[in-house]
Amino acid sequence: MNIHEYQAKRLFGRYGLPVPVGDVATSPEEARAIAARLGGRVVVKAQVLTGGRGKAGGVKLAKDPQEAADRAAEILGMDIKGFTVRQVLIDPAVAIAKELYLSIIQDRAARRSVIIASAEGGMDIEEVAVTQPDAVVKVAIDPLLGLQPFQCNQVAFGLGLDPALHRSFAAILNGLYQAYVALDATLVEINPLVILQDGSLMALDGKVNLDDSALYRQPELAAMRDPSDETAAEREAREAGLSYVDLDGSIGCLVNGAGLAMASMDVLKLCGGEPANFLDIGGGAQADKVEKAMRIILADGRVKSVLINIFGGITRGDEVAKGILAAIGNLQTDVPFVVRIVGTNAAEAREILKSANLPTAPTLYEAARLAVAAAAGQ
Amino acid sequence: MSIYVDKQTRLLVQGITGREGAFHTAQMVAYGTQVVAGVTPGKGGQREAGVPVFDTVAQAVTATGADASIIYVPARFTADAILEAVDAGIRTIVTITEGVPVHDMLRVTDYLLLHGVRMIGPNCPGIITPGEAKVGIIPGNICMPGRVGVVSRSGTLTYEVLHALTERGIGQSTAVGIGGDPVQGTKFVDVLQAFQDDPGTDLIVMIGEIGGTDEETAAQFVKDSVTKPVVGFIAGQTAPPGKRMGHAGAIISGGMGTAEGKVQAFQAAGIAVARHPDEIAEIVARMV
Repeated sequence: MNIHEYQAKRLFGRYGLPVPVGDVATSPEEARAIAARLGGRVVVKAQVLTGGRGKAGGVKLAKDPQEAADRAAEILGMDIKGFTVRQVLIDPAVAIAKELYLSIIQDRAARRSVIIASAEGGMDIEEVAVTQPDAVVKVAIDPLLGLQPFQCNQVAFGLGLDPALHRSFAAILNGLYQAYVALDATLVEINPLVILQDGSLMALDGKVNLDDSALYRQPELAAMRDPSDETAAEREAREAGLSYVDLDGSIGCLVNGAGLAMASMDVLKLCGGEPANFLDIGGGAQADKVEKAMRIILADGRVKSVLINIFGGITRGDEVAKGILAAIGNLQTDVPFVVRIVGTNAAEAREILKSANLPTAPTLYEAARLAVAAAAGQ
Repeated sequence: MSIYVDKQTRLLVQGITGREGAFHTAQMVAYGTQVVAGVTPGKGGQREAGVPVFDTVAQAVTATGADASIIYVPARFTADAILEAVDAGIRTIVTITEGVPVHDMLRVTDYLLLHGVRMIGPNCPGIITPGEAKVGIIPGNICMPGRVGVVSRSGTLTYEVLHALTERGIGQSTAVGIGGDPVQGTKFVDVLQAFQDDPGTDLIVMIGEIGGTDEETAAQFVKDSVTKPVVGFIAGQTAPPGKRMGHAGAIISGGMGTAEGKVQAFQAAGIAVARHPDEIAEIVARMV
């Protein structure tokens, strides 16, 4: 799960990180009031759950409250990469001497958390890593020991920071690591971390990605979920305990197991079709879950056919087949289905489906070919 | 021969009285696995599927000499269950549970490495050595004993491949599901090394998916250190970037972890890559 910049920075503030004292507005009037309260020049920043806001015109300077209201009016309602801007953050403008990059992320390969820092702040770190690999400092943290003072030194010297800043930088790094662990974050990022002209450090931007699996013990963070971060179908699926991702194609997919679901989508593509979704109904494939999944798939008007691919393991194939028939019976749809069931009692399953006039196929490739043909009206 | 589990494995089930734990314990016992003990705190003294239940892992190990554990406890208790097993001297752990917080796994995998304990998972279907032992949830009836080793990040996709191999009369030495989480106890390279060293394995099937760089690392390992033929498949060629495809670890981020990159790495390492799952068993059939 992702949260907004203003939420991330408020959380950072709790861990002692120096952050701007701005506030969030949902209307030009609110933006004007916040700017008046802050006094002086402000920055108006679109709050959307995607990167590249600056390039899209979602971040603007304003010299007084009236300009802040005008800029907010321009930015609110703007579409940035498919996200509508509903909130803007009004932060005081600051005099920047230098921009740095600082983040902590999980390195899957090393099974460690790693600090990534660069003296080239404000830029896309992935680009910096490719074009100037020497400008990126990486330090891995042992999760059982936590962040050590010598590691703060490694990063500070690696960045070539003025030694006068080392103490305040170490405090920021320690606070950031504390936040990262305490919030169950998969990423905490400050881009840019700025050195102001008065010589102090400030986290001008903030990004936090959260571990969905840990939300059960982070109720405050779970409540921060922005509904615009997922489509209506994705939300419905999440609430039903189904794993679902919206895609752009015309063939619905209903599969048990994530790997098999991905593989089924791939085979559709190989056969000349485009999947409309990823959907993993999990183990068991009981009738009520199948029906719920089908309703979500068919709510997408672009779906022209549906491929159902079930591996009957411990759940017997014939039971799954009965579940599918019950679900289709309740749905009243003209969209054609192609069903493939393999594994335990697959032959009985095929008999059941055949007697109900549902097309079946012995292999995934054949099922995908039939689903692609059905979507094309053949 | 086989890897990780066999007829001698003395298995303990953590979370044996839960719905999943009880169901799969019965399946494992029916398959012939030596399930010697179960643990559910507060239910010591009971029996589940004929297996004695203990309150703690330490008690169970002392009483039964269990040397491997399988974990079915809910995600919020999983890290503690793994640490308890390590503390009691268990050497091989299989964690089936899905949805364990990543920070828990970072701490736990560090601890496992320090103690030299092998863990498969989390979020995995477990291990099966056909005809000897089933430690996990892989259906026993779709497997048969033989000489093909299978390693995969997936569950049902692995079952597909096992079933297809068995239908062609091609048996398996051991099948290992390493799980779909970003932080895993056991990686592809660990299992490849074990299959390379196993005289009972002649050919290896490796099933990867999008996300992370373990397939690329595994491909390099195959090139450098594996002399046995390897057949590969990568799921997720149509997955869009930035979206998690069911498995917590199946996500393309920052241009890393694409199916295309992994397929290329496989091919560059001389791995025979199947275009779709049905083709995996076809290729294996041509090679054995």
